[in-house]
Amino acid sequence: MIKIVNIHKSFCENVVFKGVDLEIKDGETITIIGGSGCGKSVLIKHIVGLLKPDSGEIYVDNEEITKLDEDKLFEVQKKFGFLFQSAALFDSLNVKENVAFGLRNLKIMSEHDISEKVKECLSRIGLEGIENMKPSELSGGMKKRVALARAIATGPKYIFYDEPTTGIDPIMADVINDLIIHLQKTLAVTSIVVTHDMTSAYKISNHIAMLYDGKIIGEGTPSEFKKTENMYIKQFTTGSSVGPIKMKVR
Amino acid sequence: MKIFWLIGEKFLKLSEELGCAYKMFMQILHTFLTGKYDKENTTYQMVLIGVKSIPVILLTSAFTGMVLALQTAYSTRNIFNEPIYIGSVVGFSIVKELGPVLTAVVLAGRVGAAIASELGTMKVTEQIDALYTLGTNPIRYLAVPRFISMVIMVPILTIFADIVGIIGGFFVSVYKLGIAPVVYQNDILDYMRTEDLFHGLIKSVFFALIIVTTACYKGFTCEGGAEGVGRSTTQTVVISMVMILVSDYFLTALLVMFGVG
Ligand SMILES: Nc1ncnc2c1ncn2[C@@H]1O[C@H](COP(=O)(O)OP(=O)(O)O)[C@@H](O)[C@H]1O
Ligand SMILES: [Mg+2]
Repeated sequence: MIKIVNIHKSFCENVVFKGVDLEIKDGETITIIGGSGCGKSVLIKHIVGLLKPDSGEIYVDNEEITKLDEDKLFEVQKKFGFLFQSAALFDSLNVKENVAFGLRNLKIMSEHDISEKVKECLSRIGLEGIENMKPSELSGGMKKRVALARAIATGPKYIFYDEPTTGIDPIMADVINDLIIHLQKTLAVTSIVVTHDMTSAYKISNHIAMLYDGKIIGEGTPSEFKKTENMYIKQFTTGSSVGPIKMKVR
Repeated sequence: MKIFWLIGEKFLKLSEELGCAYKMFMQILHTFLTGKYDKENTTYQMVLIGVKSIPVILLTSAFTGMVLALQTAYSTRNIFNEPIYIGSVVGFSIVKELGPVLTAVVLAGRVGAAIASELGTMKVTEQIDALYTLGTNPIRYLAVPRFISMVIMVPILTIFADIVGIIGGFFVSVYKLGIAPVVYQNDILDYMRTEDLFHGLIKSVFFALIIVTTACYKGFTCEGGAEGVGRSTTQTVVISMVMILVSDYFLTALLVMFGVG
């Protein structure tokens, strides 16, 4: 279980969080929605310890992580797999080395077992036999899937997806959605997805939370979100330019 | 009034950045001293930084030695009516100043820029964050190997530059100016001491620290896509070159004060 309590965060004058509270239960797929630049990526980077809040607490399985030193934090980070918005594959390494990267760091597997594990992860995401390709030879959708293989290789308990369907075509986006659901079922992980793609949010999640103006302004199941009376959520989920959320147009 | 504000603000920002760069330097040093760095990557970087820089270093230093011999000959001919002390002038200038400084400046352009743009690209494409989430400390995996390679390779390349520069001066003296080889040789050996060599090498270690710290700092703090990477790279080259030339004066004064060269 992950619990976020009253997180505040600013970058210089840019106030991103004004008190975020959120609870993520084991085994669920939670989607955090919100407009571009509202701090979705920043929020999940706080949970995995890449960023530190100015104030507030984050509990991962009842352990407070914001004040841990580096070595202890690395222990906690073993529970996490992270799919970055830009895939973030290491472009000096080939696909196999990318997927094996986290496993090699754990130093618990032989080279043979690592090869087997890499094969297994690649087949889970439906891309076999591309071990020796370089990231630059892959398409955008393939990159995301290889990055996903890398994220699940160490067998994490929590998987974070930062805009998994942004920037790829709708069919590949649905392939990724199916993959998220499939991994959820076969690996029994907790998934935390960040997106502004409502089709994807409705399809994959059993819990949705909306981030707006530095706070979680509402949460519920997809069906609750579909018939919400909250004007902010309604405007966002239906994708309308008319409503209380004003975009800066310059 | 507004001018003072602006200057004050710039100054504050600069000192803040210097503080952050110093913090990163200490972090790199600490990781290095505890020995928890990536050995395989270090070897690779040594080759990349050291071996591949040899041609450009040799070329620049050979011609520097040659032109020094030529200039010295013309100047001494004007004063003494014959070219004298060419070996001494070339030797001292190369070993104490031009060898270390030119090597460092060339490497700031070649290696500093490469480090800053590589790390900067990794930063803006979230690869540095990815390292963290896969259980690897980027300082350990990326910065320390480059740090070690620079600190070892820059002095070695400086020695190469010294040797080739002196040989370049030798060829011009002997074949163009008609000076006897033994005269050139004695001009060097009679006056130069080992301290003079150390003087240059100690400086080159400092220059290596300047280049690698600036490049790693600018890379790791890079923001703003391709444009940001370009900016970080340019800044790395400019800042390290200026710092090399400015610190050269103070290092020289300090070393001479302590009797090294
Ligand atoms: N490392 C950082 N330094 C400074 N500002 C940042 C940093 N990361 C994000 N921000 C700012 O925080 C805000 C939220 O960013 P982000 O979480 O990436 O938005 P999104 O919801 O689109 O993922 C933006 O205004 C961004 O400029
Ligand atoms: Mg984002």
